[in-house]
Order: sequence, then structure tokens, then C-alpha cells
Amino acid sequence: MLRLKCPWCGTRDELEYSYGGESHVTRPGLDASDVEWSDYLFNKENPKGIHYEQWLHKYGCGRWFNVARDTVTHEIYAVYEMGQAKPDIAMTDRD
Amino acid sequence: MKGYSTFSLIRNALSGHRFWKPVWRTPDLKKSYDVVIIGAGGHGLATAYYLARKHSLRNIAVLDKGDIGGGNTGRNTQITRSNYYWPQSAAFFDHSLQLYEHLSQELNFNVMLSQRGILNLAHSLHELEGIRRWANAIRINDIDAEFLTPGEVKKLVPLINLDCRFPVRGGFIQRRGGISRHDAVAWGYARAASACGVDIIQQCEVTGINIQSGRVTGVNTTRGTIGADRISIAVAGHTSHLAKMAGFRVPVTSMQLQAMVSEPIKPCLNTVVTSSVIHMYVSQSDRGELVFGGGADVYNSYAQRGGIPLLQENVAALVELLPAFSRLRVMRQWAGIVDITPDTTPIMGQTPVQNLYISGGWGTGGYKAIPAGGDTMAYTIANDQPHPLIEDFGLERFVTGALVDEGAASGVAH
Repeated sequence: MLRLKCPWCGTRDELEYSYGGESHVTRPGLDASDVEWSDYLFNKENPKGIHYEQWLHKYGCGRWFNVARDTVTHEIYAVYEMGQAKPDIAMTDRD
Repeated sequence: MKGYSTFSLIRNALSGHRFWKPVWRTPDLKKSYDVVIIGAGGHGLATAYYLARKHSLRNIAVLDKGDIGGGNTGRNTQITRSNYYWPQSAAFFDHSLQLYEHLSQELNFNVMLSQRGILNLAHSLHELEGIRRWANAIRINDIDAEFLTPGEVKKLVPLINLDCRFPVRGGFIQRRGGISRHDAVAWGYARAASACGVDIIQQCEVTGINIQSGRVTGVNTTRGTIGADRISIAVAGHTSHLAKMAGFRVPVTSMQLQAMVSEPIKPCLNTVVTSSVIHMYVSQSDRGELVFGGGADVYNSYAQRGGIPLLQENVAALVELLPAFSRLRVMRQWAGIVDITPDTTPIMGQTPVQNLYISGGWGTGGYKAIPAGGDTMAYTIANDQPHPLIEDFGLERFVTGALVDEGAASGVAH
């Protein structure tokens, strides 16, 4: 069971959240080629290690936020708001 | 390779089982190979076997970071079926089922295929319509599917609770579907490939793929650098990881898929029961254990453990549909890392790198595809062009938009 700390509601069980996949994916311009568009639409980082991902506090405040989580240990390194830049994990306090 | 037979069993029994030979060779690693296959699971071993057997390539290595069949080949729930919706998938998966039907003879190794049928349940009138459309599509693809009323379902599975939270309105069965023994499939292919001269190298992790002017030249491993003219990736769960080594991205999300077994009981379930609404599937193994599972854990993971919420969901679904099992103890629970693609169709064929091939994105259903996956990938590697059965499964479909959307059409929604 993951325990995620919603930036607005505090720590809750995984069951209250729904998962939104990879974060920081930027939509290419309208002049993008088919290859660029396909890369944006389908290809994933899918790292074995730190994954920057989106979560929705579905059965809570209903707001989205970002999480930096290790996909092997499931350790959560950072929780930060949408629109914020990727945190530098080495510099981040792991509380 | 000494063939197994009734005679060999008797002879070895009479001599106290002291003279059985190792099932496959443990060769030294050579400096270079014509073909290096990364991943000694079912798909990798089957590819090596068919390359040697049908395409007369002999200088082949299958590398694995762990042991033979120790990844998803040893973690799945052993189900074989070809009840797919789209003609491309149906043709591919039925080819696989047909190969399974003769696999024990082909490999001289008993894979214990039991065609006990796979039953898909419908729980509402709308789902009944959907399932009828699905079953008819299967029949149009020239594959067997038989519609069952609730009474016929009850007759087939006497322990079922038709009047559960989502009442059973009917279902359809593919009688040629069933289960087989997953370890035997890996061992059988390993033994047959080894006998054809394929080197199976265990405990040898690939750490890099060497490319010169857009063409593969070899791999770096934990046991040194190996030259290779052609390389094929068959690493369920780690496809993104290997693709990254070769410098390209794939549309794959790795997630945990759980399964579990109960304590063994007397035979009481003689088919595979699946439900996409209640979200579970269950069969009884030859040892008497109930083997069951459901959906994948929702988030990216390489952990091979499985979370508690999904485990609870799976168990709740099982005891709702088959209440008699509520008193059983769960003996083991585990998870495998599955590569989910956007259209839940595998990624097979060539890659942006010349002479580098890929077989991945098998999602939750790679086991049933092992024989056809090996057969078609061997053809693809030998001829440097996709086998006709997998022409629509290439990476380029994500650019052209010609997806083969099996998401809503396969056994359990995922």
C-alpha cells in the first residue's frame, strides 16, 4: 500500500488516489511531424528508478499533483505541485 | 539429445534414476555469435529453437541476467487461448494455440496442455450483447466459441454463484483454450534449442548494446563483450530499459501484475473462469491449487511484489463468484512486471537500429504467445523482414496510427 502525501490534505492511503502516469510531458507545436506527435502521444520514459508522475486526489480534494517515486523500491522522494519544475532529487529532503 | 519415452522412464527407474543427463548444456561464452537473444524466457528460448530448427542458424546465444524462465514465464497463470477480437490478433494467437496443441510431441517434453476450455462471463444485458459480438467475431475468424446460458454455465461450473453482486447473465467458452505447465514450456524449448547447438548463458546480464553506423555489433555484459551480427530483445517487463540502451523510446508502461494460489484441494473446477466485470480469473492446477488473479497494479513499477489493494480486490472477486472458496488459505502471492502498450497489442519486429529486433509489450498475455512469438520472430530475424502474421505489430504503427486495439477485447479488461 502506497501512502501519498497530498499537498493540501496530508498523508492518505493509495486507495484515495488515482494515477495519471508520467508528468512533465510537453505537447509539441502544431507543426510537429508524425514522428514527433507519436513520440509525444505514446512513448514513455518508463524508468527503472526515479519516475516523475501525476496523481489525482480523487476521493479527497480532487486536485492533481506531482510525485517523484522510485519504481523499484516505491520510495517517495518528493511531492510537488503541478506546474513546478522537476526537483533535483539529490537535493531534496526525503521525508 | 536422448529422447524421453516410456522405455527411458522404465530404464532409468530400474537403475535408480542415477543416470539422467542434464537437460541442457552449460557452455562457455564464445567471443561472438551470429544471433544473440537477450532474455531466456519462453519467447527468447522459442525464438532460438525455431531459428536453429527452421532457419538452420546454429551460432546462437540466449543470454539471461537470471535463470531460464525465471521472469514472467515462471510467474504467469499458464492460460492459453485465442479468443481475440481483431483478425490480425486472432490469426497470430490461434497459430500459437495450434503450435501448443503439438508442442509436447515437437519438443519431446510434456508441457501438460489441458484444453479444459476458457469461459468468459457476462454480468449485464449490455455486457451480454458485447460478449455475443465478441464471440461472433471469434467465430468469423474461424476460431471456436460457444455461447452459454446461465443454466449451462452452472452445469459447467457447479460451484458458481449466479446470483452474486453482478449476476451472471451468460457467457461464452472457447473449448480449445486451457492451461499448460509454464516451466515445462521454458525447459522444453531450452532442451530442444540446446540440442540444436544453441548456447544458453544464464547469470549474464546485458549492460549495453553496441551500435556502429546504425547497425548492431554486439553487447556488453557482466561477463564481457560479445560480438553479434543480429540481436533480438525478448525481456518481458524490461523492454524500455533495453530499448534505451539502443537509443530509442518505446510506448511501454511497466506495471506489476499479481497472481496467487490457494492451498491444494480435490478437483472441483474443470475449466478456466474469467470475468472482466468482477475482474478475476481462476483455474485449478493439476496439483489442486486454485490459481487466480485479476488486474494490474495501477502505477509504474519494477518491484515484482504487488500491492495489497489489488490483492484484496482479486480475493474479493473470487469469493463473490465462487463462495465455496472463501475458507481456503492463500499459499503464495507474487507479481511479474508486464509491459503494457497503448493498444495492448505486442510490439514485434524490426527497430530503428539495423539488425536489432524486438519482441515486447506483451502486457498481461505473453505466455499464450510463446510458440508463435518464437516462430514468427525467428522468421523475422532470419529474413530481416516481419513474418506475415506480425506485419501489423511493428513499432511503426504508433506513427501511422494503425493501432490494433485489443484493449476492450481481450480476456480481462486492462
